Amino acid sequence: MNIIKEFKIPIIIGIIYLVLAFWLSDTAERSFFVVIDYAKEMVFIIPPVFILMGLLEVWIPKDKIQQWLGSSSGLKGILISFLMGTLPTGPLYVAFPMTAALLKKGASISNMVIFLGSWAALKIPQLLVEIKFLGGAFTLLRFVLTLTVVVVIGLIMQVLLKESHDKAWLENV
Amino acid sequence: MVTIITIYSILAFCLVFSFWKNRQKTFKAFKIATKGFLKTAPSLFMLLGIVGLILGILTPETIERLIGKEAGFLATGVAAILGAITLIPSLIAFPLAGSLLRSGATIMTISAFITSLVMVGTITAPMEIKSLGKKFTLMRNGFSFLGALIIAAIMGVILQ
Repeated sequence: MNIIKEFKIPIIIGIIYLVLAFWLSDTAERSFFVVIDYAKEMVFIIPPVFILMGLLEVWIPKDKIQQWLGSSSGLKGILISFLMGTLPTGPLYVAFPMTAALLKKGASISNMVIFLGSWAALKIPQLLVEIKFLGGAFTLLRFVLTLTVVVVIGLIMQVLLKESHDKAWLENV
Repeated sequence: MVTIITIYSILAFCLVFSFWKNRQKTFKAFKIATKGFLKTAPSLFMLLGIVGLILGILTPETIERLIGKEAGFLATGVAAILGAITLIPSLIAFPLAGSLLRSGATIMTISAFITSLVMVGTITAPMEIKSLGKKFTLMRNGFSFLGALIIAAIMGVILQ
C-alpha cells in the first residue's frame, strides 16, 4: 500500500500514457517526442547547474549573501537579483534548488521572488525572440510591466511570509 | 544553444578557479551537487511525464482553435489558464503568439497567454514546493497569475 501511495503520481501518469497509446496513438507519439526533447535538454543543463550550486555552497560565505541579497540590501539587492535572473541560464525548474540554497544563506524573500520572476519572464534570449515575433512595443511594455509586478509581488510576499516563513522547511531541504 | 554555452563557460571558469584555490572544497562541492541531484531526480522524471502529456494534447493547433478568433474576455481568460498550465519553450510560444495575433486574436488575449505562460508554472509547482515550500509556491504563482491578468488588461488598453 505504501509503495502505491509513494508512487501515486508516476503510476497515474504511466496509466494515462498507456491509455493514450491505445486510444489516441497520435497524441501518445507526440507526447513521447516531447519527453525525448525535454530529456535531452535536462541531460545537458542539470549537471552543471547542480555543480554550480555546490560551488556556491562551499565558496560564498553567508555574510556575503546577506550583504548582497539580504533584507537590508535594498535597491542593490533588487538589481543583483534581476540581473542574475536575466542571464541565459536555462529553464525555471533548475532555479528552484538554487533559490533554496540562496535563501538558506540569508537572501531575502523579496529578492528571491524577483530572481525567480526575472528568470522565468525576462530572460535575454527569450526577449530577442519576442521582439522578432511580437514587435518592440509589445516586448518593451511587457518587460516594464512584468518587472514592476514581480517587484511588487516580491515586496508583498516579504511582508506576508516574514512572520510565518517556514525556516524549518528550508532546514530540511 | 546560447544557454548551454553560457552555463558551461560559467561552470568551467568557476571550476578552474575552485580547483586552483582548494581541491578539497571542490570535491565537497561535487558531493553537495550529487546529493542535491539525487533529491530532485524523482520530481524531474515526473515533470518530464507531465510536460509530455500536456504538450502532446495541447498542440499549437489546439491552442489556436481555443483562443484564436473569438475575441472578448472569455478568450482572454482561457488564454491565461492555458498559459498557466503549459510549459512551452519561447522558441515555439512566441511564433505561435505571433500567428495567433495575425489570425485575429486580440492583444489582450495574446498578452494574457504570454505573461501567464512565463510567470505561472503549474507543471513546475511540485518541484517548486519541494525546494521552497507549499506556502511560498502557492503565493508566488497565485500572485503571478493575478499579475498576468492585470498586465494583459493594461497591454490590451495601451496597444489597442
